[in-house]
Parts: sequence; structure tokens; C-alpha cells
Amino acid sequence: MTLAFAQHLGVLRAVLRRMFASKLVGLLNILVIGITLSLPVGMYLLLQNAQSLIAKFADTPQISLFLSLDAKQEDVDRLHKQLAKHAAVADVEFVSRAKALEQLKQSTGLSDLISGLEQNPLPDAFIVHPKPSDAPSLEMLRNELAKLPRVKEAQLDSAWAYKLEGLLKFGRLIALILASLLSLALIAVTFNTIRLQILTQREEIEVSRLIGATDGFIRRPFLYFGAMQGLLGGSMAWLIVTISLSLLNRQLGALSQLYASQFVLDPLSPGDSLSLLLFSVYLGWFGARLSVARHLSNIEPG
Amino acid sequence: MISFKQVHKRYPGGYEALKSVSFDIAEGEMVFITGHSGAGKSTLLKLIAAIERPNSGTVLVNNQNVNALKNGALPYLRRNIGMIFQDHKLLFDRNASDNVLLPLQICGYDHRESGKRVSAALDKVGLLKREKANPIELSGGEQQRLCIARAIVSRPSILLADEPTGNLDAAYAHEIMDIFNSFHQVGATLLISTHDQSVLQDNNVRRLTLKEGALL
Repeated sequence: MTLAFAQHLGVLRAVLRRMFASKLVGLLNILVIGITLSLPVGMYLLLQNAQSLIAKFADTPQISLFLSLDAKQEDVDRLHKQLAKHAAVADVEFVSRAKALEQLKQSTGLSDLISGLEQNPLPDAFIVHPKPSDAPSLEMLRNELAKLPRVKEAQLDSAWAYKLEGLLKFGRLIALILASLLSLALIAVTFNTIRLQILTQREEIEVSRLIGATDGFIRRPFLYFGAMQGLLGGSMAWLIVTISLSLLNRQLGALSQLYASQFVLDPLSPGDSLSLLLFSVYLGWFGARLSVARHLSNIEPG
Repeated sequence: MISFKQVHKRYPGGYEALKSVSFDIAEGEMVFITGHSGAGKSTLLKLIAAIERPNSGTVLVNNQNVNALKNGALPYLRRNIGMIFQDHKLLFDRNASDNVLLPLQICGYDHRESGKRVSAALDKVGLLKREKANPIELSGGEQQRLCIARAIVSRPSILLADEPTGNLDAAYAHEIMDIFNSFHQVGATLLISTHDQSVLQDNNVRRLTLKEGALL
């Protein structure tokens, strides 16, 4: 067991030596793989951030019902009962026009200006928390509520979030297609690298076969090379994405201060980082495996 | 140890390299295979190491039917056979001792044990002082001896040598034969193909003579 382990370590050492024997070529390969992978990963990360931003809004869809200014207290009571009984309504909250004005004063710091108003310009309002959360049923509910008597306007607060989410789904599909295509490209890069290696080591392979090397022994360094190249390429992609993100965040910091809010892009989570590395190792190994299966059988001693 | 029964070998294209060849070689025996070039000497050696497969007949090595071996079993057959090639088949991307190390790496020997064995093998062929040299710096005779060191380092019970003195002058050829004789004395089974008359005259051992693929 320990002997076999030492043998694998030996192969790994030899592979690393070979990889860095031609520094420039090895580095270029890793760079190509890194850039290739960083495109879909970066896109995924931006979508992920947009998703979590939307989730903050879309999680609790609300329909605001603004009543006409001439609505009387009995209208309000009748409407309140009607809404509370509605099958698609989970909860309903009444915000009187006086309370709304108070809130406006507190939240905007325009109290002086508002105090100067001769009369309250705000209407009474209901905030409806609907039961369904999918966009079509919410839209239906909004239309229905808008037709109730004394309701002047019904506003679906999260409508834009739903539209954006649709857009995100589209974006995710593009990212997925991109990732699949670029994964194929990565496999092709490894396939070709290994093909060239097999060609240059043709003699060694031939001699090894003659003196009793198993196929596994001959295959091993190439598979390790592919996996190792994938790992380094994946790490390069991680580095590219992380550095780009921190550049973007620096810029976003300045921008979001203007809007008096704190918004930063979250980096790749440890889980996602691990997935990226494992996936790139797998792709490299797979490309090497295909190449080895295709090219080693051509080399027969004789 | 090695036994051929009615072995036929025809290459694609119809060339008949061996025709109904039968012989037995006992354990510890040293045998020359002679004949003109093209008589089938190399083919005969290749059949023993399963580099080529016969079209009919059986090849037994160590009582194993070589034709019946699956591809996966071939490496283990070959580990018991040391092969010495006329063109040496040395690797020029590594030094002499790393060339000799290769069979031990393949068999999975540990580091310290293989270091000792490599030194012993190089010592046996008189190349211990050149262990760090690249094979390209070695003379023809030295390259041939390095090839022998690689063949014997894993202590196989059978040694096959294909024209080991083919490109060497008489003095070098004599050295090589001395090395083979010393292996014979310690009990290895040797098959040496040669058409070198001086070698044949100097060594009085059993001969298998091939002519146009048939044994005389």
C-alpha cells in the first residue's frame, strides 16, 4: 500500500517536472484553460448576485391598494372585510392616510415641508400579502383587486423583480450553454496537449511496453498530467474571477455610496470554489483519458 | 523452458517468416540462433516475448502457452524476459542509470532497493563510472552494454539478444560475449541470435540454424 502510494507520488513528481520543463507552454496552457473557465464562472457569479438581490424583493410579494381620496370609513371597513375573506389573500394590513403621512415625515426628513402642507395628499391604503407567489397568479390577483370599488390603483410591488427573474433564467441558460461549449473546448485543449506528449514520448512508451509495463503504468502519467493541468487551470480561473470581482467591488463601493446603500458582489462561496476545482480536474482527466485511449493503442512494440 | 511446436508465422502481405519450427530449450541452456538476415531469427525471438503472435502452432514459455495469454497478461510474461536489441532502444532523455532504472520502476521496486540493483547491473557491464552519462555520449559498445544492464537489472530467468554484436568490432563483441557467458554460468536461459562468424567460432554452444524460415 505505502509502496503503491510512493509510486504514485513518483509519477506525480515526474509529471510536474515535465509540465514545468517547458515553462512558457505550460503556463500558456494553464492561462488558456483559466480564461476559458473564468467566462462562465464569472457569468454564473454575477447571476448569482443578481439572484440574491432579487430574492430580497421577490420573497415577499405585496400588492398595495391605494383608495380614492373620497373613500369614507365605512368603505374602508367593508373593503377590509372583503379582502380578509379573499381566498388568495394571506394577510391584509391597513395604512391610514394619517399614518402614511407620519411615515413619510420620519423616513425622508422632509418634515418641515410636509408640515407646511394644507391638507394630507396621501390616500388610505391596504397592503395585501397574497398567498400565491408565481408571477401570473399575482398579476391576476392585482387585476381583480384593482376593480374593487373605491380602489383607485393596485400596485404589484415586486412586478419588476419577477420580470428580472425571467431575464435571469434566460441568462442562466446562456451561462449553461457557454459552460458546456467551453468545457468541450477545455477537453479538446487537454486532448491535444496529451496527443503531443504521447508523440514526443513514443520511444519511452514503446520501450516500456517491451520490458513489461502494464497499460495502467503507461497511461498514469498522462492522466495525472491532464488532471494536474485542469487543477492549475481551474485555480487560474478562480484567481481571474476573484481579482475581477474585487476590482468591480471597489468601483461599486464608490457608486453605491452615492445611493446611500451598501451593495457589494459576493465572491465565490467555498463550495462553489471547490466545485470549480473538482470540475476542472475532471475535465482535464477526461480529456487526457480520451486522448490516451485514442493514441496509445497506435503504439505497438515491434 | 522454451518450446516451439510446429510454429508458423506469416506476416500480413504473405511473407512467411517461420515455417513449421519446432525445438525445445531447457532451463539454464545457452543457444545461438544463426542464419542469414531475413531467415527469421528476429521473428523467432519476437514470438517468445509475444511481440508477434504465431499463425499456428504453440509457443510455450515457462510451460505457459504464449498464444493463449490475454493482452493484460503480456506485461507479466515480459517481466520475466530480458531483451537486448540490436538498435539498443535506449532513451536519450535520461542518463544511463535512469535507463537501467526503468524496468524496476515498471515492476514497482522501492527507491533504495532499486538504487542498489541499478548500481550492481551497471557494475556487471563495466559502466558504473558512466552512470550519469547520457547514452548519446556512450560508444556503440557501451550503449550495447547499457542495454544489457537494463535487460538484467530485474533478474529475469530468460535473456533474449537480437544480434547483440551486429554493429560492433571484434574486441567489443568479445566483451559482450563474456558478459553473456557469465550469466549462463549463474543459470540464466539465453537465446542469442547472431550471424557473426567470430562469435560462433569462439563459443562452443548449441546452435539453431534457420534458412528461409525453416530450421535446418
